[in-house]
Amino acid sequence: MTSSSEQANRDRNERPDLPEDDGPIAPQAQTQVDATAVDSILDDIDSVLESNAEEFVKNFVQKGGQ
Amino acid sequence: MSHEVPPLSVVRVMGAETEFGISQPGRPGANPMRDSARVVDAYAAPRGLRSAQSFWDFSAETPLADARGFLMHESDAHITQLTHLPDAMPDAQYLANVVLPNGARLYVDHAHPEYSSPEVLTPREAVLWDRAGDRVAEECVRTLSTGPEPVNLYKNNTDSKGSSYGTHENYIVRRDVDFEALAEQLIPFFTTRAILCGAGRVGIGRSGEEPGYQISSRADFFEEQIGLETTLRRPIINTRDEPHADGTHWRRLHVIIGDATLAEPATLVRFGSTSLVLGLIEAGLCPDIRFADPVTALQTVSHDLTLTAALPLEDGTTTTALQVQRAYLDAARAAAGPAPDADTAEVLAEWERFLTSLARDPMELVADVDWVAKLALLESYRTREDLAWDSPKLALIDVQYSDVRDGRGLFYRLESAGRIRRLTTDDEVTRAVETAPESTRAFLRGGAVARFTAAVAAASWDSLVLERADGSLVRIPLRDPHRFTRDEVGDALAGARDADDLVARLSGPDEPGPDAAPHH
Repeated sequence: MTSSSEQANRDRNERPDLPEDDGPIAPQAQTQVDATAVDSILDDIDSVLESNAEEFVKNFVQKGGQ
Repeated sequence: MSHEVPPLSVVRVMGAETEFGISQPGRPGANPMRDSARVVDAYAAPRGLRSAQSFWDFSAETPLADARGFLMHESDAHITQLTHLPDAMPDAQYLANVVLPNGARLYVDHAHPEYSSPEVLTPREAVLWDRAGDRVAEECVRTLSTGPEPVNLYKNNTDSKGSSYGTHENYIVRRDVDFEALAEQLIPFFTTRAILCGAGRVGIGRSGEEPGYQISSRADFFEEQIGLETTLRRPIINTRDEPHADGTHWRRLHVIIGDATLAEPATLVRFGSTSLVLGLIEAGLCPDIRFADPVTALQTVSHDLTLTAALPLEDGTTTTALQVQRAYLDAARAAAGPAPDADTAEVLAEWERFLTSLARDPMELVADVDWVAKLALLESYRTREDLAWDSPKLALIDVQYSDVRDGRGLFYRLESAGRIRRLTTDDEVTRAVETAPESTRAFLRGGAVARFTAAVAAASWDSLVLERADGSLVRIPLRDPHRFTRDEVGDALAGARDADDLVARLSGPDEPGPDAAPHH
């Protein structure tokens, strides 16, 4: 369990919430406000996102299942 | 003998079924049944696994048996319910079935490839063998990617054009628990469970007609509280009563309301919390909560990202999804006692952590729960590019989040970047693709396929048909899911020279026979 579950942390803007365990979670995963981190993940996602969103979404048609 | 109630535990026979969304890039008109069969064959053929409709042994299946104690007449059943009559299905020639070395079933269900995990005993095992199915799906896509008609698979539940397909869970439940009571006590839990393990979805309504974001991908497709159907008028509690086991002792609860989860912590809590609630019901310790209108409450919960919506109760008061979940958790914690087993302790701690975080700020679960992780990603894009909720780019992100390919699926990009907590390792998943759980009858089913592939003539959840050297067929009933484990048949399986020898060893006086009683 990380420290985040042990105390209310309403000052997320001022204090990036570093987990105390050695888990694989990067600190920026715990907060929305690290602009650099957000940019880097969006750049990464941009590199694999299907290029024509409209066309892709239009073509994603499924038959119903259970 | 003491009549003391044993402490509540998550340990229970359970399993997952995943129907994958399927498409050929740029070819929306491609036949999904044919492509689903191609997916199954792409996995089966290189391994010499038999893939044919006749391979699955349907003789023990009764999908029209209803848990309320009557059989639905076939003429009253919608065509898509007739899963045991493949010839009555349209496009029957495209059906394919294969049992994998890990004891799972990979087959064509309606117009989707489906991976049904082997039976497991713990939520941790459920996470691992569910993840193994995602790996199998990815490998199918990779195999087909070099051919003329590549296919992509998506672990999601809707195309947001009106269609939904399922991610089901199965739990063995004691037969002596009254089904009506079971359903009544489960409904409030399932009505609110999506806050823990929703997949998240862009768009409100079956066709996403209203712009926005919601917690569950399935909620808008449910119309009834209790019923037999799974493809239309979907019910919160599905009454399909195919025990796939000795029906005098066990029922199989077929849960159709869940979302496909990719984040492993969410999958753990999905299976773990549900198993604990079933234990509470079996023990008569379940909280008594009654919604005035469960179906409406289900949708209210899914559409309310603040988790504060007032949900009307039968007695005229109101509650919230968090309060309902907290009531179940508190009851489970009390029933588990001071020294729960390790698997139970982990689930209780995670369930607690989820509820505490959700009450404070759901974004604390951005590394744990799909609906939060996906929302965070979408909000980042909305902010950066000033997008409205009806932007096709957001709908694309929603779908591509669930792309099963390691490099293309957005979930996997997040996870690889260390932004999603992981419970398994790649090595464990690789092993779970090739080997069955040791703690259930899946051990024998998968082990027989792994060791004597060509001699397995047919299989189902509760039978295994082996072909002897002289061509004769022997059916081995696997009625009790708790038996045929590594402890019981590991030596027979490892020592057998061939299928004939395995049959002989299983028929020996020291091995479990088909009529043996369940051991708990």
